[in-house]
Amino acid sequence: MMPLIEASHLAKEYGTVKALEDISLAVNSGDFFAIIGPSGSGKSTLLRLLGLIEPPSSGKILFTGQNATSGSDDLQLRFRREIGMVFQDAVLLNTSVHENVAYPLKVRKKPQSEIERRVKKSLDAVKLSGFEKRNALELSGGEAQRVSLAQALVYDPKLLLLDEPTVNLDPRNATIIENTVSRLNQEQGTAVIMATHNMQQVQFLASEGAILRDGRLVERGRISELFDSPSTFLSIFGVIGNVFEGESEVGPDGLATIDIGAFRKIEATAGKRGKVTVLIRPEDIIVSKEALQSSARNQLRGKVVEISQSGQRVRMKVDVGRQFLVTMTRRSFDEMKLELGSLVFLAFKASSVNVV
Amino acid sequence: MNPIVDGLVRAFWLLISFDPEVYSIVLLSLVVSGAAVLVGAATGIPFGAFIALRSFMGKRVLLSVLNTLTGLPPVVVGLLVYLVLSSSGPLGPLQLLYTPQAMVIAQLVMVFPIVASVTASSVSSVDRKLRLRALSLGADGSQLTLTMLREARTGVLTAMVLAFGAAISEVGAVMIVGGNIRWFTRTLTTAILLETELGRFGIALALGIILLTLSFVINVALTRLQWSGLRR
Repeated sequence: MMPLIEASHLAKEYGTVKALEDISLAVNSGDFFAIIGPSGSGKSTLLRLLGLIEPPSSGKILFTGQNATSGSDDLQLRFRREIGMVFQDAVLLNTSVHENVAYPLKVRKKPQSEIERRVKKSLDAVKLSGFEKRNALELSGGEAQRVSLAQALVYDPKLLLLDEPTVNLDPRNATIIENTVSRLNQEQGTAVIMATHNMQQVQFLASEGAILRDGRLVERGRISELFDSPSTFLSIFGVIGNVFEGESEVGPDGLATIDIGAFRKIEATAGKRGKVTVLIRPEDIIVSKEALQSSARNQLRGKVVEISQSGQRVRMKVDVGRQFLVTMTRRSFDEMKLELGSLVFLAFKASSVNVV
Repeated sequence: MNPIVDGLVRAFWLLISFDPEVYSIVLLSLVVSGAAVLVGAATGIPFGAFIALRSFMGKRVLLSVLNTLTGLPPVVVGLLVYLVLSSSGPLGPLQLLYTPQAMVIAQLVMVFPIVASVTASSVSSVDRKLRLRALSLGADGSQLTLTMLREARTGVLTAMVLAFGAAISEVGAVMIVGGNIRWFTRTLTTAILLETELGRFGIALALGIILLTLSFVINVALTRLQWSGLRR
């Protein structure tokens, strides 16, 4: 079968900065493909190239077998109109919700009756019926993101590109978006490529995936296989996280207590029991010299064993029995007068602990 | 009588007596400045949008030049247009000097940089992501430009307000290229100049009050349009 979209040896440079290098991937109709990677790994750039709204520096993209990167403007426009995109933050036109969703149909010069029918159907799909006359710029973040999705669905694209579509949303809005996308993928066979660093989302939605790190695809395969050995999978991903394996017990309050060894236990909101892998993003850990009066369920005391600086960020390894990776601004690092061997407290919320 | 009170009384009488000369002056002012602003908008808005949306060599220099031209003294514009249109100038054969057309041309030269530079700056201040968004939703080149202009509509209307204000109130350029000919090229500003020189302060003030009222009414109308554009 001919892939719907096929990228070969894509690269993108901004000045001297290499954002993407040697990216090759193919996605078929009906696939749900996850691009997994930490922030700054090039996910958004890759999606902009695949969406044909930014040209690659080198390499090419085939859409339905035809070259979409070097073809005529008309051909590129035709392909672009088969692709729907949702950005990480909704960017809407300063007009009504109805006009926003009608916009893609108007630029395609669809008849008015068709526009009305499709806009209604699309707003229904994201559960925003009744919002037609509201100004799009006065919506909440979650509603705005659902309008973005409605804009991308309204013209029945063959391929949907989602850039961390739920990262800044509350669970209710996130669920509506996940369900809508999932239904579209399963019922209409729309291919989806989603950039994310949310592990639960990957497992729930995607069938295939690839891991992007520093602008390169470092591993790819079926999600079930990628998750078969969570620790290897996550250690590849480990640049962004603290990955530990442990035994989980769930208490009557629904909180899990996970023994990660070395007599260290951490609490998590996920209710999974037995052998689990946990991941805590360094950005979610607060470092302090004194114990914090805080609602964070996890407080661990340890010793700084490694310090590395890049730009205004400082990364440290802290040994609390197990080694934790943390990150802070250079300013707070200087203010706290930290050095190798300093004793510090690490605090993080139970909800910051990702359990796989 | 106090010249200000005298002016107010005269202005009132001039208006309600439908003095034909006053009406011809008002009409000419509106037509000349209106035409200059319309032509300025038809050319300056696309030009400003083009500068804002394309990247090319010398873009910054062009923007600086344009910004500088927004402050051109009307007298200098009048002089330059005079030289171009005078019988020995390049456009001399068209015999446009001392006609309303010459006045439109002079005001257009003033107004174009204002419309173009304000449009360029308001279109460039539209979120860059919106451009990518419009592309991703299937806009082609001209649809993209129109979309960006629509998002920048308050700025574009500001450009028109500024342009009209500059045109209707300037005196140097229309004086030089129009010549202040009675019943033909006399505008509110040139008439005020003349009446003041003749010491007829009452009528000069009356014309001044009419000019102020006109700009006020037109500004209010455009500002209302601007606000409705903002809310839409």
